[in-house]
Amino acid sequence: MEFRQHLTVVLRINGLDRQMRVDARTTLLDLLREHLALTGTKKGCNFGECGACTVHLNGRRVNSCLVLAASADGAEVTTIEGLAAAGKLHPVQQAFIDHDAFQCGFCTPGQVMSTVALIREGHTRSEAEIREWMSGNLCRCSSYPQIVAAVEAAIRVKEG
Amino acid sequence: MDSFAYGRASGIEDALAEGSGPNTVFLAGGTELLNWLRLGIAKPERVIDLTQLTGLAEIARLPGGGLRIGALARLNDVALNDDVARGYPVLSQAILKSASAQLRNLATIGGNPFQKTRCGYFRAEEALPCNKRNPGSGCSALNGINDRHAIFGWNESCVATQPSDPATALVALDAIFVTVHREGERRIEATDFHILPGDTPHIENALRHGELIVGIELPAAAPHSAYLKLRERESYEYAVVSAAVALDLEGERISRARIALGSVALKPWRLTEAEHSLVGVSANDNAAIRKIIEGSFGEAKALTHSAYKITLAKNAAVRAVRLAARASP
Ligand SMILES: Cc1cc2nc3c(=O)[nH]c(=O)nc-3n(C[C@H](O)[C@H](O)[C@H](O)COP(=O)(O)OP(=O)(O)OC[C@H]3O[C@@H](n4cnc5c(N)ncnc54)[C@H](O)[C@@H]3O)c2cc1C
Ligand code: SF4
Ligand code: FES
Ligand code: FES
Repeated sequence: MEFRQHLTVVLRINGLDRQMRVDARTTLLDLLREHLALTGTKKGCNFGECGACTVHLNGRRVNSCLVLAASADGAEVTTIEGLAAAGKLHPVQQAFIDHDAFQCGFCTPGQVMSTVALIREGHTRSEAEIREWMSGNLCRCSSYPQIVAAVEAAIRVKEG
Repeated sequence: MDSFAYGRASGIEDALAEGSGPNTVFLAGGTELLNWLRLGIAKPERVIDLTQLTGLAEIARLPGGGLRIGALARLNDVALNDDVARGYPVLSQAILKSASAQLRNLATIGGNPFQKTRCGYFRAEEALPCNKRNPGSGCSALNGINDRHAIFGWNESCVATQPSDPATALVALDAIFVTVHREGERRIEATDFHILPGDTPHIENALRHGELIVGIELPAAAPHSAYLKLRERESYEYAVVSAAVALDLEGERISRARIALGSVALKPWRLTEAEHSLVGVSANDNAAIRKIIEGSFGEAKALTHSAYKITLAKNAAVRAVRLAARASP
C-alpha cells in the first residue's frame, strides 16, 4: 500500500471529469468550494450536524463535509449547480420558489439536494415520513412547513 | 486538521499488514473519524481507507438460520434490507433512529460501534480534564454537568456513556463480531466488545490495534423485537436513554427475554436479572412486567444530575417489552 500526503484524484462532477491534486486532508466539500469554486454547496457546521453540505455521491445523498476527496476518487458527484438542465430549473428548485421554502437561503442547496434524493428513495408516503427523512437538513429560519409543502408539490410534479 | 498520509487497502491482507503499524487508523464511512481528526481526538500519521475492499458489504443468510452482515454495509442498506427489517425489527429500528438519512448513507455497520462518547468535556475544542481524552487528567463530568451521563457501570475515572443505537440492538440480539488480525481471527460477543472504564477509560473496546471487523453475525431471527429511543427532539438526535428488546413468545407467555439499555453506561447494559424473571410472565401483564423491570435496577447509581435517567430507563424498558410483544412477524 502506498501512503501519500498529496494525491491526484479524478471525479465526475455534474457530468464533467475533473482531475485535481489535493492534500489528503481535503474534504469533498472543500474540494467543491475551494478548488472548483462550486460554492452552491454550503459549509454550515463542518461536523455532519446540519446537512447544508448535502450532495449526491454516486447517486446517494451524503454530507460532503464527512467525505475525504481521496476516498471519493473515481466517483460521480452532483451538486446544486448540476440540477438545472438547459436553463430550466429542476422541478424541486421550482417547488421551493413556489412555496417560499426559504428565508435566508443558506440551507436551501442542501434541502434541495436532499429532496431530490428523498423522492428517488420513495420515503414520501406521509408528511411524517417526509419530515423524518428530511431531518438531516436543519433550517435556522425554520421554514419547515414550507419545505414540506415544496416536497409534496415536487412529488405531484413527478407523478403528474 | 493535522496532516496525515492516506493509503487505500486493496485487500484484507494488505489492510492487516499495514493496519498494525504505529499511528495508523482505518477509515470506513468517515463520519466519526473526520470529526476526531478535526477535534484532535485522533492524530494518526497514516489513514487506511477500507472502502475499496470488495465482498465486505453483503448481507447474506447463514446456513441453519441467522444473517451475516458485512462490516462495510452502509447503515441505510442494513436497515432497509428485507431480511433485517422482517427478522430483526429491533436492529432496523435502531438504525433508522440513528443520525440522518445522509449520514446513514455513509456510516457503516462495522464502524458504528467504534463511535466515542458524546460527553461534552471529551469533545471540547479546548483541552479540559478528561481521563478518556488525556489519561490521568481527571474527569470534568464527575462533579460537573452530567445530566446525559451514566447510571450503570461508572466509576470516578469516567462517567460517560456509549451512544450507539445499533450496538444496543446487537447486544440484545446476542450478535457476534467476526474479526481478523495479523495474529488470527476471532469471534467476539457483542456484549464483550465495549468495556467499562476501570482505571483505563481511554481503552474503549476489546479489539487489538490493527484488528478489523469483517462481519457481524445475527443468530436466529427475532421478529418479536423492538427499539425505543427517548431523546430531546424527535429525530436526528442522540438518545437520552434507549431500550432494545427481543422476546420469544409461546402464545402470550414470554419464554425468553433479552433486554439491553442504551446510553446508560459505557456499554449497552443487559438487564439479565429481569430477563430471567420475565420467563413465564404474560406479555400483556403490564403490572408484572413493570415490577420485574423495576426490581432489576439494583445496580443503578445516579450522578448529581442523572437520577431522572433511572426513571426514564425503567419506563423505556417496560414500554419496549410491550412493543416487542406486539411486533408481528
Ligand atoms: C451528527 C451525527 C449524528 C449521529 N447520530 C447518531 C445516533 O443518533 N445514533 C448512533 O448510533 N450514531 C449516531 N452517529 C454516529 C454514526 O452512526 C457513526 O459515526 C458511524 O456509524 C461510524 O461509522 P463509520 O463507518 O462512518 O466510521 P468511521 O468514521 O469510518 O470509523 C470510526 C473508527 O472506527 C474504526 N473502524 C471503522 N470500521 C472498522 C472495521 N470494520 N474494523 C475495525 N475498525 C473499524 C476506524 O478505524 C475509525 O477509527 C451520529 C453521527 C453524527 C456525525
Ligand atoms: S465522563 Fe469520561 S469522557 Fe467525560 S470528562 Fe469524564 S473522563 Fe472524560
Ligand atoms: S457542513 Fe456538513 S453537515 Fe454541516
Ligand atoms: S432558509 Fe435560512 S437556514 Fe433555512
